[in-house]
Amino acid sequence: MKISRAEVEHIANLARLELAEDEIEQLQTDLSQILEYVDQLNEVDTTEVLPTAHVVAQEDVLRQDVTRQSLSTEEVLANAPETEEGYFRVHAVLPKGER
Amino acid sequence: MTLHQLTVHEAHDLLRKREISAVELTESVLAHIDRHDKEIKAYITVTPEVALEQARRADELISAGEARHLTGIPVAIKDNMCTRGVPTTCGSRILENFVPPYSATVVGRLYDEGAVLVGKANMDEFAMGSSTEYSAFFPTHNPWDTSRVPGGSSGGSAAAVAANETLFALGSDTGGSIRQPAALCGVTGFKPTYGRVSRYGLIAFASSLDQIGPLTKDVRDCALVMNALAFHDPQDSTSSSKSTPDYTSYLTDDLSGVVIGVPTEYFATGLDSGVEERVRDAISRLAELGAEIREISMPHERYVVATYFLTSWAEASANLARYDGLKYGLFAPDAQDIGEAQSKARGRGFGREVKRRIMLGTYALSAGYYDAYYLNAQKVRTLVKEDFDRAFAEGVDVVVGPTSPIVAFGIGEKVDDPLEMYLADLYTIPANLAGLPCISIPCGFHEGLPVGFQIMGRPFAEGTVLTVAYAFEQSTDFHLQRPSIAT
Repeated sequence: MKISRAEVEHIANLARLELAEDEIEQLQTDLSQILEYVDQLNEVDTTEVLPTAHVVAQEDVLRQDVTRQSLSTEEVLANAPETEEGYFRVHAVLPKGER
Repeated sequence: MTLHQLTVHEAHDLLRKREISAVELTESVLAHIDRHDKEIKAYITVTPEVALEQARRADELISAGEARHLTGIPVAIKDNMCTRGVPTTCGSRILENFVPPYSATVVGRLYDEGAVLVGKANMDEFAMGSSTEYSAFFPTHNPWDTSRVPGGSSGGSAAAVAANETLFALGSDTGGSIRQPAALCGVTGFKPTYGRVSRYGLIAFASSLDQIGPLTKDVRDCALVMNALAFHDPQDSTSSSKSTPDYTSYLTDDLSGVVIGVPTEYFATGLDSGVEERVRDAISRLAELGAEIREISMPHERYVVATYFLTSWAEASANLARYDGLKYGLFAPDAQDIGEAQSKARGRGFGREVKRRIMLGTYALSAGYYDAYYLNAQKVRTLVKEDFDRAFAEGVDVVVGPTSPIVAFGIGEKVDDPLEMYLADLYTIPANLAGLPCISIPCGFHEGLPVGFQIMGRPFAEGTVLTVAYAFEQSTDFHLQRPSIAT
């Protein structure tokens, strides 16, 4: 089963990935090939099998609720592309017509 | 012998006796990097200023009689572990200018021990790859033959150790990313039990599989570095609170009573006959050393690659959702709204392989497919783990086999066939799926290139794995052989 162009575009939109034209075509081929490969897992009878949640058994971990020093505002913002008055500056959330 | 050729334990002895200084040792390694890294390209960032400052401080500690095993010892750290104030790119354009405001727990621990950071090692972007060719910056070259890959994704770490461009390195291992490059470069690489070493500050790829570990020149160095890395970290909720032994206490050459399981399925089609010969020789050697060899079966081995695909890609697509170009990372100033800004930043910042895996993971987790793909893979994962549980319950202490079915391949040879490259991870993946401690050590050469031998143990039985590895190593001289570029 070949993955359609529309499916690739739908998944890319879910993943927030802008793809170039040649990437879309390549991904149709790659995804189809690799998904066909993983279909072999359907041979395995897993009806009575529990899924792995943790490979090594762990108990719930709680910590003391005590305040401690965190990073300063300057350190937190140091890698941000755009900041304003101690905040991250981002693009508009709603497209122009909906504001 | 010049200083950069030393092992960690040799250098420690000389430092402690004050026969050499940490500054001299660091200068020797930096000079060697300067001479040879043009050909190897093991490092994304070399950090001479940080290194020399840390070396001076180490010399003070040594003078004060406070030397620990890693004090004054140069280390290369894979570029997916955060180093405060030192760029951490994860091999990606999207993090090209990222300077972490904090250090990973393991990095902090190495600094506390007095280790000396000489640089950040090259890697496949976001640790996704088996050749280091998917680094967004440049490929790394195998020190044994610079026309070949060093393996991956910790290829920079492995090549740096093999070329004596560091005394040891840290790598991370999600499906073999420490052990496979260690095998292809002829060094020792260890993936501890899941939860044994903190992942805090390791840039996440697939959180249920990722584990940090050492790449070293021999097994004793591996044990020494594990002594520094293994402890409970409250910052990582999957970090184990089990107490840790002194791993060097397991370095004995007595294998009597040790039961070694050899799965039939690890010697199936696809295994290079030259690699198989070396691995069979290694198993015979273990028998000569007193171990009992037992043939066992891992019936679900044939499904490990598909299980790993679905698990790692689904988790990666979720983990990499954080790269939105807002708080850090590549930014798209030309976008009209926030959604477009995210899509553009991610489209430009991620490389081809990372996009492929995000797309597959997103597909496998999307509405209507979760049960068929991710959930089913977690069920098969249980069966893979049960294959090991059964062997261990029947008295097997360690499971052994080849690390990689092939020796180092040519740069560019497999880059256009992703499925073929992925399939070469079939022997390293089981230890990640089952969370087991697993080491790769050199077991000889095929066509002049190193072959790796893999040893897996029960969860938290790092010590048993080290015993078998050490006993084998001490009866051979493969670990002492270095490529000519390393001298």
